[in-house]
Order: sequence, then C-alpha cells, then structure tokens
Amino acid sequence: MKTLEELKAIREKMQGQVGLRSEDANQTRVVVGMATCGIASGARPVLTTLSDAVQTKNLTNISVTQTGCIGLCQYEPIVEVMEPGKDKVTYIKMTPEKALEVLEQHLIRGQIVSKYTINSEGRI
Amino acid sequence: MMTELSLNVLDVAQNSIRAKSSLIQITVSINTMQDQLLIEILDNGLGMSKEQLKKVEDPFFTTRTTRSVGLGIPFFKYAAQSTGGVFRIDSDPGKGTSVTAIFSLSHIDRMPLGDMTSTVHTLITFNTDIDFLYSYTVDNKSFILDTREFRKILGDVPFNIPEISEYIKDFLRENQDEVNNGRFF
Repeated sequence: MKTLEELKAIREKMQGQVGLRSEDANQTRVVVGMATCGIASGARPVLTTLSDAVQTKNLTNISVTQTGCIGLCQYEPIVEVMEPGKDKVTYIKMTPEKALEVLEQHLIRGQIVSKYTINSEGRI
Repeated sequence: MMTELSLNVLDVAQNSIRAKSSLIQITVSINTMQDQLLIEILDNGLGMSKEQLKKVEDPFFTTRTTRSVGLGIPFFKYAAQSTGGVFRIDSDPGKGTSVTAIFSLSHIDRMPLGDMTSTVHTLITFNTDIDFLYSYTVDNKSFILDTREFRKILGDVPFNIPEISEYIKDFLRENQDEVNNGRFF
C-alpha cells in the first residue's frame, strides 16, 4: 500500500522549491470542455494528456483548465486556445494524439493546426 | 451513453463542483457475495429545491443555457436500472446532494467500472480548492484517499505540481490494485 509517509518525504524535498505559477497577462489558456457532452465523447484523456505534457515540457506560460458546455456538443471533445492579444482558436473532435499535435505545432511553435479547427472543412 | 462508470462519476461530480461544494465524497463499494456494486457521490454544495429535484432525472431538463438537454443524471440512472439496480438522488437546499446508484455486479448490461484512478485524479488536480474523500472497497478490503489529510501534510504545496500529481495517481492506482487483488470490475 502507498502510504502518507511517502507524501511527507516529497513535501520535505519540495520545501522551498515551489514557485507559484505565474497567472499573469502573458499566460496562454488552454480550456477543455468537461460537461456531459465532452466527457461522453472522450474529453478526460484529452485533458490529462494536455496537462501532463504541459508539465513534463515545463511550459510555465500555459495553463490547462476545464470548462463546461459551450453549446457545440456535436463537435466535442473541444479544446480552446486563448493566447493573449490573439483571437481564440477552437479545436474540435480532439483525441489525445491530436491534442499533442496542437501542443507541438500551435502552443510551442505558434502555428495553428487548421485541419482540426472548427473553421476548417466549411463547418462554420 | 458513457463507455464506463468512472465517466459517469466524473460527470456527476462536475455537478457537485458547479454547486460550489467544498467537500465531495465518492464511494465505490463492491460486494461480490451480494453481487452488488454501489457508487455514491455526496456533496455539501448548494443542493436542489424539491421542484428541481423532480426534474433532474428528466433528460430534457438542464440549468445550462448552452443546450436544452441534460443527460448526466439520466445516463447514470439508466446505467444502474438496466442492470436491475437502484438509483436514488436526494437533496437539501443549502446542505447538499447525494446520488446513489446500485448495480447488479454480474449483470450482462453492467458497464465496466473503468478508470476510477483517472476520474479521481482529474477531479483532485483540476479542483485544488475542493476537498475529496474517496473510498474504494471490495468485500472486506478497502482504501481511502482524503485530500484533507494530504493538505495537512503538504501545507502550501499545491496538488497540481508534477511531483504531487504523480504521487496522487500512484496512490490511487497502487491501492486500488491491492484492493482488487487481481480481479477486474
């Protein structure tokens, strides 16, 4: 059984090392829809994949959060990217693999992955 | 429909979060002798009026304005009832809400429990200001995760930093494996 002793050891190790994540105006927000529609279409692995990747790559300027239903249930799982000073980009029908592509191309390299956006294929 | 029960738990717990709960208790209890799987989600949030409570099992009722259907509770209810099980929801305005679903464990229509570790881990690490009390039982073996205990040890170290997030995931996975003792539900 995993015990609380291990947690105490981590706490000792972390002491003084934890810097508060900056939640300033330069932060890019990545939002995943986690209402019934999102969850039923597979939003949970999309959310955890994005969040894990942001942590392992140490992308401190990106915060991954969850939101409710934005009314486009048929396009879930939906990931919205909000970069300061730029238009919001809405990615639809996401999977963990597609989400990682968005992370690499858009969030790290700044290139919108237009084949997955809601504007592509004449959807809107 | 959801593909696994752990997704229903995640979905119903999102209602507790929207209802501004500060403590959410999630219980999964499996009794192989009684051939029963019980899932309970209990919160101390805003609760619902009698009127709302009557409508909550109706798939065409929701408090959202972005769509006109609300399938979270109906999905969970039908998942339980299709196994010959029981579904119950109680609420007290100002005190909180409890949702209980009992499944017939061996029924062919019972969905797999699925990845409870991911559900509980997601809830804890994305809602760091809410406390969770999670208990998982199979017959006479069980384990409990109480974020209030974690908080006492961690002080101001948040749950969502990589080291702690990983610990929480391992804690859930390893303890559930041990309680399951080689069985899958």
